[in-house]
Amino acid sequence: MTDMSSSPIGKSLLRREDKRFLTGNGQYTDDVVMPGQTFGVFVRSPHAHARINAIDTSRALAAPGVVAVFTGDDLAEAKVGGLPCGWLIHSKDGSPMKEPPHPVLAQGKARHVGDQVALVVAESLLQAKDAAEMVDVDYEPLPAVVDTATADTAGAAVHDEVPDNVCYDWGHGDKAAVDAAFARAAKVTRIDLVNNRLIPNAIEPRAANAVHARHDDSYTLYVANQNPHVERLLMSAFVLGLPESKVRVIAPDVGGGFGSKIFLYPEETALVWASKRVGRPIKWTAERSESFLTDAHGRDHVTTAEMAMDADGGFLAMRVKTTANVGAYLSTFASSVPTILYATLLAGQYRTPAIYAEVKAVFTNTAPVDAYRGAGRPEATYVVERLVEQCARDMKLDPAEIRRRNFITDFPYATPVGLTYDIGDYAASLDKAQKLADVAGFPARKQEAAQRGKLRGLGYSCYIEACGLAPSNIAGALGARAGLFEAGEVRVHPTGTVTVFTGSHSHGQGHETTFAQVVAGKLGIPVENVEIVHGDTGRVPFGMGTYGSRSLSVGGTAIVKAIDKVIAKGKKIAAHLLEAADTDIEFDNGEFKVAGTDRKVPFAQIALTAYVPHNYPLDKLEPGLNENAFYDPTNFTYPAGAHICEVEIDPDTGRSQVVQFVAVDDFGNVVNPMIVEGQVHGGLAQGLGQAMLEACAYDADSGQLLTGSYMDYTMPRADDLPKFTVDTTVTPCTHNPLGVKGCGEAGAIGSPPAFINALTDALGVDGIAMPATPERVWRVANKFA
Amino acid sequence: MSQTVTMTVNGKQVSASIDARTLLVQFIREHLQLTGTHVGCDTAQCGACTVHMNGRAVKSCSMLAVQAEGAAITTIEGLAEGDRLHPMQQAFHECHALQCGFCTPGMVMSAVQLLQDNPKPNEEEIRAGLEGNICRCTGYHNIVRAIEQVAAQG
Repeated sequence: MTDMSSSPIGKSLLRREDKRFLTGNGQYTDDVVMPGQTFGVFVRSPHAHARINAIDTSRALAAPGVVAVFTGDDLAEAKVGGLPCGWLIHSKDGSPMKEPPHPVLAQGKARHVGDQVALVVAESLLQAKDAAEMVDVDYEPLPAVVDTATADTAGAAVHDEVPDNVCYDWGHGDKAAVDAAFARAAKVTRIDLVNNRLIPNAIEPRAANAVHARHDDSYTLYVANQNPHVERLLMSAFVLGLPESKVRVIAPDVGGGFGSKIFLYPEETALVWASKRVGRPIKWTAERSESFLTDAHGRDHVTTAEMAMDADGGFLAMRVKTTANVGAYLSTFASSVPTILYATLLAGQYRTPAIYAEVKAVFTNTAPVDAYRGAGRPEATYVVERLVEQCARDMKLDPAEIRRRNFITDFPYATPVGLTYDIGDYAASLDKAQKLADVAGFPARKQEAAQRGKLRGLGYSCYIEACGLAPSNIAGALGARAGLFEAGEVRVHPTGTVTVFTGSHSHGQGHETTFAQVVAGKLGIPVENVEIVHGDTGRVPFGMGTYGSRSLSVGGTAIVKAIDKVIAKGKKIAAHLLEAADTDIEFDNGEFKVAGTDRKVPFAQIALTAYVPHNYPLDKLEPGLNENAFYDPTNFTYPAGAHICEVEIDPDTGRSQVVQFVAVDDFGNVVNPMIVEGQVHGGLAQGLGQAMLEACAYDADSGQLLTGSYMDYTMPRADDLPKFTVDTTVTPCTHNPLGVKGCGEAGAIGSPPAFINALTDALGVDGIAMPATPERVWRVANKFA
Repeated sequence: MSQTVTMTVNGKQVSASIDARTLLVQFIREHLQLTGTHVGCDTAQCGACTVHMNGRAVKSCSMLAVQAEGAAITTIEGLAEGDRLHPMQQAFHECHALQCGFCTPGMVMSAVQLLQDNPKPNEEEIRAGLEGNICRCTGYHNIVRAIEQVAAQG
């Protein structure tokens, strides 16, 4: 029997999934070995843009151990379709976005370095690698389009049918109102920004293992993926033309995703198709160099932003113009990231009454760009918080003060860019962050640093994000081609233990602990009695997966809805056992009670009765205790917070050090504070990585990836980062029963502008490009262009 | 070209005939099915493949299995004593020093080595000592705390 005070909700329970990972017993996709296993290796284009005149596979086919070699011609002959994009965006002129084919294996042309041209299948990995080098491809190199800002005037076309490389030219907001406000502004502040392109770099490389079963002509795919049901839907219905009932997708332990494992990729699709052709399971695991070349990248925006202000620094209107690189092909959610997930967030935490944004998305001969931790919202926050900082400097106002003057304080608040914030208290987070960061003591610290020849700066970022993707009807009206609900099933076993099946997926977030806390708390049973199952379309009824910080607010709510049904049915069983009316039964702390009496039945007895229905109202109630629920949220959730970064620069070396980073976030109610803090730490590391260290660089002429390994792409390491100070404020979300908002992306969203604002404060300049490497900092500090 | 290799892994002697090109990590994962040791990068940068060879942390993706001939190898599977976790494993659990778990085995093996070399490191020394291991999930904050906790216990 569980006492209510021992409800696990809100407690920092240690994670139940840890032990298998700590002892080497996790099972990731590459750990899965099937009987008769073969190995796949992809032949990839060494050119950014090339016509494929011919592919000669004869030498490869004759190589030792080779089982098969497939090219784009084989897939075309089998009528395998291209990969779909899940979000339709319309340009300002009303025309739909350009959607050139995204072939599973290249058809006639390769469009980025690493584009997959052929699949070699062999008995061993080494044999497959050897044979891949014997596939002779006759490439005719073509001029490459690389640069984001000039892609629409490059003169060369990534896709022949899109001569100006413009996927769409989209507008959002009230342009006339914005123009009018700018015309009467006392002051206009303008900035130019580049949101640097990033490579996600989950430490587990993408991997897949496809198995075809002859007896029922079905497929099983093990894949490192964040949303196995979506993977199955897209692959079976849109590409391979298979019934979903014949495809099982299992995403076992997944070693980090950060968005990059949301998408349907060509590799696993080719493997599934080929597994039937060769009649053997085929496994492919990306080498890190392949991950760099072919995982969907993130960010890559070039932006001009302007704020119109009144004489007191009150925001009147904001105008934003962005060019966003979508890469060579439209990845699964690529079109939504620089539009729906970006421009709708440009109000930030402020009462700016009019906002207008234009976004031009361009194709280039680079890897596809899609959602990466934050997805559009870090880009929006970078624009808003860099612009607001510059506004403060232009108006000679304290940067915290200008924010406070413009904070939204009345909720619900409908922004001019299409969202309605349900609740928040932005000043509370800022107050707490300023206290924790000892902002009052900063001038003294700055002076002390100056005495040591160091430059100190302080930077703010007051971010907001829209999470809990998403109300399906709103998303649909905005172009989504899918629903965005979540599903959950609560299966109570005869002994009173519970297995929960969730369509959400954990790849580090700790669902097996957090979700079990919710279930145990709601049912009043020990956490040990709850098992969480995720990541398998063969076991979980349905799901939309994990992205957009939606797991607990949408997936958790679906589970709560299913629990409500379990309790409702349990009350009817209890009423029968206790010879009372259904309406007189209360459920509390794991017990069904007749209200106002001491007559009660424990949960476990109800479970047993449901499965051994000897004394049971069989005439009006089915046996069994197994309920599922689909939950579609009515609004997004709006986590928000205040981040304060303090940096110290050594002007002699250009090294900048984060000496303190304070993050105060409002995630609504928190189920497991330890896990939430961990999510914030990781997000901050990725955001600071973007601001300080990370950049995906392509050679501007050849389109070769210059940052294609950990020798070249600077990942944040332990000695690049400080210990973080993280805390929370709480305004519970108003429209889900747990009152939760989501915490997975906040760190990556809030931290880049906080760091850059601190850095420019220290340097006494208006801007510095991300990543602010020591070289860039040194050049600015020493006025050395 | 195949070659016979013999070594001791987690206290058990193993011997196999392998392609001479086989990396130590491939031998451990594919021949011995000890899949706790991971491959994250192929270029000896990420450290997910870290194991102990003759008591020293090595990156098993950047050496051939035949180079470990006669050596004593400990992998993450060999660190705990039965059900009793090694203090470093226990501290990682208690400090929430892992999320997706993929870098974790290598991180733990490196952390054990770090404290062997320097039993009482300060935070800066811990962070410097983790240079060879990349974690994308935790921001290192709780990994540093876990190592500090073990150092304080020792």
